Amino acid sequence: MTQTEWDRDAVTEVIEQKKSMPGALLPILHGIQDRIGFIPEDAVPQIAKALNLSRAEVHGVISFYHYFRTTPPGKRTIHLCRAESCQAMESEALEAHIKARLGIGYHETTADGAFSLEPVYCLGNCACSPSMMIDHEVHGRVTPQSFDAIINELKEIAA
Amino acid sequence: MITVYVPRDSSALGLGAERVANAIQVEAAKRGAAINLVRNGSRGLYWLEPMVEVATPAGRVAYGPVQPGDVPGLFDAGFLEGKAHPLCQGPTEEIPYLKNQERLTFARVGITDPVSLDDYLAHEGYRGLRNALGLEPAAIVEEVTTSGLRGRGGAAFPTGIKWKTVLNTPAKHQSAGQPIGTRNAPEGGSAKDALPEKYIVCNADEGDSGTFSDRMIMEGDPFVLIEGMTIAGLAVGATQGYIYLRVEYPHADVALNQAIAAALEAGYLGDDILGSGKRFHVEVRLGAGAYVCGEETALMESIEGKRGMVRFKPPLPAIEGLFGQPTVVNNVISLASVPIILDKGGKYYADYGMGRSRGTLPLQLAGNVKRPGLIEKAFGMTLRELLYDYGGGSASGRPIRAVQVGGPLGSYMPESQFDTPLDYEAFSAIWAVLGHGGVVVFDDTVDMAKMARYAMEFCAIESCGKCTPCRIGSTRGVEVIDRIIDDQDRAKNLALLRDLGDTMLAGSLCALGGMTPYPVLSALNHFPEDFGEKSVAQVA
Repeated sequence: MTQTEWDRDAVTEVIEQKKSMPGALLPILHGIQDRIGFIPEDAVPQIAKALNLSRAEVHGVISFYHYFRTTPPGKRTIHLCRAESCQAMESEALEAHIKARLGIGYHETTADGAFSLEPVYCLGNCACSPSMMIDHEVHGRVTPQSFDAIINELKEIAA
Repeated sequence: MITVYVPRDSSALGLGAERVANAIQVEAAKRGAAINLVRNGSRGLYWLEPMVEVATPAGRVAYGPVQPGDVPGLFDAGFLEGKAHPLCQGPTEEIPYLKNQERLTFARVGITDPVSLDDYLAHEGYRGLRNALGLEPAAIVEEVTTSGLRGRGGAAFPTGIKWKTVLNTPAKHQSAGQPIGTRNAPEGGSAKDALPEKYIVCNADEGDSGTFSDRMIMEGDPFVLIEGMTIAGLAVGATQGYIYLRVEYPHADVALNQAIAAALEAGYLGDDILGSGKRFHVEVRLGAGAYVCGEETALMESIEGKRGMVRFKPPLPAIEGLFGQPTVVNNVISLASVPIILDKGGKYYADYGMGRSRGTLPLQLAGNVKRPGLIEKAFGMTLRELLYDYGGGSASGRPIRAVQVGGPLGSYMPESQFDTPLDYEAFSAIWAVLGHGGVVVFDDTVDMAKMARYAMEFCAIESCGKCTPCRIGSTRGVEVIDRIIDDQDRAKNLALLRDLGDTMLAGSLCALGGMTPYPVLSALNHFPEDFGEKSVAQVA
């Protein structure tokens, strides 16, 4: 597999901006992921050096948190809630529909690079279950039909 | 100029509030109607969201649920004058769901523009802080102790006692002779370089399914949380606060940062709060999708930039917490309840409630329920009143079979326990958990063996890995439940599951491993038929 290209200047900028914060590692990782969509594995030595940590420590933190990713995401990321309140409102049927419609499972990206699918454990939208979040937008009372409508609309915008 | 309110709350947005707001703007412009559109928080009546309100001379009138297509019809019917329409709910304050509540912590949520400091001040905001500035730290702590406030995060530890410990614990490396809380920058350094000596940490990692009160406060009235943290800082001598916010709440992140900037600008935060010489700063720190970071010691590890692994206690965070310093760690609702206590007095707050559960609890009704939403009431109402009087029964119209209270680590309660009053002690007496006040409703189509399996699976996914019973026990637990469902050696595996539950209860450092047996064993105890249904069917 070839190494994915990524914006080295953006990473350096984020590190320089945040390295003097107390407990700077999470803010740096967030900053990098916000800027380029993921945390490249070969950025780890640079992060470790800036914070005077071992590479293993940085890797340990990246891999501990579900939100951080080390591969580029699709154009949009769908976070689908798997928690109890959504289960009480038929989220499992919705999950099956979404996986079939996109042709992918959790932690995967569609072949055209349009969507990534991630599970999430509660979006705080439990009064309007089942819920999903696309990028930063929450959607409530999602049905297979409303999911299709939202996806179609997004594809139109993307085109 | 007529004021129209459309919520910016993320659940309302998730049901189309943004498009409704745009449609109202467009329609008003088309008709030449001058309106002032305010983006308020949600009142918490989620079955009516998006709920649009119009200010009339007789008070605010509500319409909901409003979809963009309803907007021209609303204008035709004269909704700007509060006139009748099929979606009209009448005067907002008279809607029974809202009218019968006792809103102390949520007094302003849904009423004000969340990020307008002027609105906050016009609705009794920052009166608690002004009172606190005139009191000695010990007197502030005393007022909180009198209120009877207990942590609203779940463990229900008395807030006043926690604060007193932090107040009485000297910070390390503290310069001699300087009173706590008034320390300025060290000579030769800027204020920014000074290490704050104690910390206020707000646990805003609301990861429990069925809970959304923290999110509603942060999106709907962020100033009340900031004011509560500032008062806590004055009370214990802390000068730096962190709000550890879950990354799943992007709208709360925006609202909090807007409010912090406004408070800083107006001198309610900063190096010289309202000219008192007292200093307090607040920063929002984002989590990264780890449920265990809602546990206070894992949370502090995370702010320090590490894996969110649980710490041994002692030392307590109050003595040796964030960066090794005395630290108050409180939940969002606990801190947001402090301003009204300092405004109206500890006794005023304590007069609500029952037994040792004083004040109010924002209950969150979710899952399969007809009228889901937030209900702030004094402790003592029964679960049944909540489910039927407020909730209106299930959304599907089928009988309610099970209710999980207190998040994914809370017990599943059967119908026979619905008359339990909402009170910490009454719940623990029946091996249930009131916790954060989240209530998830299931109808009779629920498979409780599947829910028990999910609880174990969730623990396996979210375990920090420090304790063996939690890390490995949860994985083995999934396998044991699978064998029970498959009817392999059922009696033996049921005994094994109970034994595993005991081990996890007794052998885990924190609530994740230590409480996963609550949903698992309560499901087994109250709904045994779901763990043996298959064999019964086969026999028949």
